[in-house]
Amino acid sequence: MNAPITFHENARRVVANPVLRASFRGAMDFLMAKRAAQFPDLDAFEALRTQGEAIRQYSLARLPDLLEQLEANLTRNGIQVHWAETPKEACQIIIDITRKAGGDLVVKGKSMVSEEVELNHALEAAGIGALESDMGEYIVQLAGEKPSHIIMPAIHKTKEEIARLFAEKVPGVAYTDSVDELIQIGRRVLREKFRDTKVGLSGVNVAIAETGTLCLVENEGNGRMCTTVPEVHIAITGIEKVVEKLEHLPPLMALLTRSATGQAITTYFNWISSPRREGELDGPKEVHLVLLDNGRSQMYTDERLRATLQCIRCGACMNHCPVYTRIGGHAYGTTYPGPIGKMVSPHMLGLDATKDLVTASSLCGACGEVCPVKIPIPDILMQLRRQSQGTAGGIQLPAAGSGRRPLQSMAFKLWAGLYARPLLYRIFGFFATRLRGLTPKWQGAWTNSRAPLRPAAQTLHERMRLSTTRD
Amino acid sequence: MNTARERILGRLRSHPSAVASSGHLRPNDLPVPPAPTFSAISGSLALDDAIASFRRGSETFHAEVIDTRAGDWRQTLAEICAAKNVRHLVLPPQSDLMPWPNGPELRKFEQPIENFKRELFDDTDAGLTIADGAIADTGTLFQIDPRTTPRTLSLVPPIHFCVLNVNRILPTLQSAVASEGWQVAMPSNLVFITGPSKTADIQQTLAYGAHGPKELVVLLTEGAA
Amino acid sequence: MTAAHNSPRRYSEKPSDVYLFGTCVLDLFDPEAGVSAVQLLEREGIRVHYPQDQTCCGQPAYTSGFPDEARAVAKAQLTLFPGTWPVIVPSGSCAGMMRHHWPRLFADDLTNLPRAESIASRTFELTEFLLNVLHVEWKPSAKQKPETVVLHTSCSARREMNTHVHARALLAKFGDVEVKQQEHEAECCGFGGSFSVKHPEISAAMASDKADALEATGATTLVSADAGCLLNLNGTLEKRGSALRGQHIATYFWNKVKEGA
Repeated sequence: MNAPITFHENARRVVANPVLRASFRGAMDFLMAKRAAQFPDLDAFEALRTQGEAIRQYSLARLPDLLEQLEANLTRNGIQVHWAETPKEACQIIIDITRKAGGDLVVKGKSMVSEEVELNHALEAAGIGALESDMGEYIVQLAGEKPSHIIMPAIHKTKEEIARLFAEKVPGVAYTDSVDELIQIGRRVLREKFRDTKVGLSGVNVAIAETGTLCLVENEGNGRMCTTVPEVHIAITGIEKVVEKLEHLPPLMALLTRSATGQAITTYFNWISSPRREGELDGPKEVHLVLLDNGRSQMYTDERLRATLQCIRCGACMNHCPVYTRIGGHAYGTTYPGPIGKMVSPHMLGLDATKDLVTASSLCGACGEVCPVKIPIPDILMQLRRQSQGTAGGIQLPAAGSGRRPLQSMAFKLWAGLYARPLLYRIFGFFATRLRGLTPKWQGAWTNSRAPLRPAAQTLHERMRLSTTRD
Repeated sequence: MNTARERILGRLRSHPSAVASSGHLRPNDLPVPPAPTFSAISGSLALDDAIASFRRGSETFHAEVIDTRAGDWRQTLAEICAAKNVRHLVLPPQSDLMPWPNGPELRKFEQPIENFKRELFDDTDAGLTIADGAIADTGTLFQIDPRTTPRTLSLVPPIHFCVLNVNRILPTLQSAVASEGWQVAMPSNLVFITGPSKTADIQQTLAYGAHGPKELVVLLTEGAA
Repeated sequence: MTAAHNSPRRYSEKPSDVYLFGTCVLDLFDPEAGVSAVQLLEREGIRVHYPQDQTCCGQPAYTSGFPDEARAVAKAQLTLFPGTWPVIVPSGSCAGMMRHHWPRLFADDLTNLPRAESIASRTFELTEFLLNVLHVEWKPSAKQKPETVVLHTSCSARREMNTHVHARALLAKFGDVEVKQQEHEAECCGFGGSFSVKHPEISAAMASDKADALEATGATTLVSADAGCLLNLNGTLEKRGSALRGQHIATYFWNKVKEGA
């Protein structure tokens, strides 16, 4: 994975690649159109997302209590709960469970949290294999890459690339670029693994505290395979995913699937509340839940950033982000790309490593407008910019101020000195307009792709003063 | 209890009241506003409307819905098995379905999956299940009891036949959550199924039968199957 | 940042006087637009006051993570608009800054907060004011030829001030203007203040796509109600040698209506 440190370089590379640009544009257009078709009535959408926001805020306000309630009910149901502060701890817990079960392979359903903790690396280092079973994730893993989108991991690949990849990497497969045939190849390979692997892993979309239930949405059926067929099911999720009541679930699900892929519901909506019970003929014999912090309690600490935790990981913000559309997911160098990635990564990787991410937004507001739980994403980005500059006041995150550059700070000081003094400002305006002939042709990054800025012959101040007696 | 747990909860509890003063966040004592029904459906549905809505939803998601109320669903099943060339059909443990002439070989899922995996994965054309209910709004089937309907029966075989009693079609997921009492008695695995398995992970092109069934056929009946 | 359609605004009667907040960008780069705004307002019988001590709303520092500097500059504006006259701003993002963000900027400053809130509540983006308060009656001029226009609906103006709705409604008043629709109309042009220089490669890609979309409409005129976007779009169009140039919507409207006055 690229460190976010190399963000500029990554971004430059992608914007210069017309094939990738066209592929992202096409994919985002597709997802935006599908989502829009699900919300034809803006007032109804507004009412639903107000509800979604309220549910998430209600849940977060009670987060520690709900986590304890969830743990108590899961435990009562026979599901074992583990807590992890860091990715390393989470991976170790999963390695230990797998070893205890005598497993040498973990077959994985889609889980962004498992990507976040870099589970596959940790498993491999421990001599345990990890196999992605979501078609997109499988493709990406086969290619030795990382997902470029949280919902559609292989969105950066054309079917021809995937066809070549399969022909090269899957034994006994000839080149075919028929999507149906490609999917059937993946199906064949993975079914054997579902059948024979001892440990399955999944994420969690929502956890219900009052019943001790883990809810998962998916279309392919690999999620159900991973959570049903192997003897041991390990679920991993962030501590923010819990809601109190079952009745809180339907509105969130209506928002999640519509916002993510433009579907009223996914093929499978799977509620897991216990391992195989007496008298049942299938299902895992053990179910574990790993609850991961990894920066989430830090997001919780600062009330100006807490709304970050409202996120239900639908990906609509990235689908609508003009920056994501230009550079795609890999350029960010983080597990979570796009606007959501800019909000969560500073807490996971530090403000220093992510300083170029928080500035990589024109604050156009498209993300906030589509967010199904009304996270004020542009406001949060601005708050993170203040943290990065060390100007936030109140709670300072670790490494606050690490994005500060003396030159920029000085420029804004000078700017304020000038713009807060009307007389000085008018004198500046007078000279800037009179000396417009001397305007440089090169104006830094601005003129890379634009004609230079050139002041008018007279300022508006002057024209207003000269033209009438107005004030 | 481990120390990670104490430390995480401790951190969360160290700022409990920060919530109330913020413009964005909801104070602790504010309840969640009543749920808007994001659906064309509100209140109860007449039977015909429920069926029509279920069918519309289901078909949108590529399921086949056949109304067998005028005859016998077993007859319809036999016809479809012949048409789809089903040679091995797996039945739920309590099924009383009897073999029919030139019909598929019937096997009951009546032993733990560990003894049945190879057959189920490698030598089964179709699985039959009985739905516990359905959601009209989205065309969704649900199955609540893994004892009567093993979980993998609706998942592993390439074709999934599901018998649905039309009187068990509920308007919305919300109304099901309100009326089915799951809060009190939550089954070990409650599964909602809408259409066959699918993926659009390759260039946004929709393909069916990703990992689960490629086809879902719903047989509508009246009264218990 | 709340979507503007969440809180429908109630409009008062037509006032006798208004303030004009010209914005720093128009002041230096497009004073003609400011003068046109004044002329459009005066044409409706409104007296326009332009406080000479005004400078900038503080947005560049605010969005870059420098709240103290933003506050210092915004504070210098607070005493310039006393009383109850509306404050008209011929640029959507600046109007959005004053209307939505000033009260937050001064949330902890109890001396200045009332002034900030007062101005915020009286701040109107120009097209919104022309349409919903002045209810301008514009007629197509017989002298002019029918023309095609494409409207760049700046994104923050669009989301915070509903400017696209207002501008479109005003354009519709001229029977002889055909408004073309560009691809991805709602998408950002890539300006975003300091974003355009901190991430020049991404900004340039966005601007170039936007310029392509605008040119593809074949419209002869590009108009926008946001001064920042126009700097970016015109800079990009000029550099690529395009014949299309953006004009501030105030200038465009004034040229249309002055002959009919």
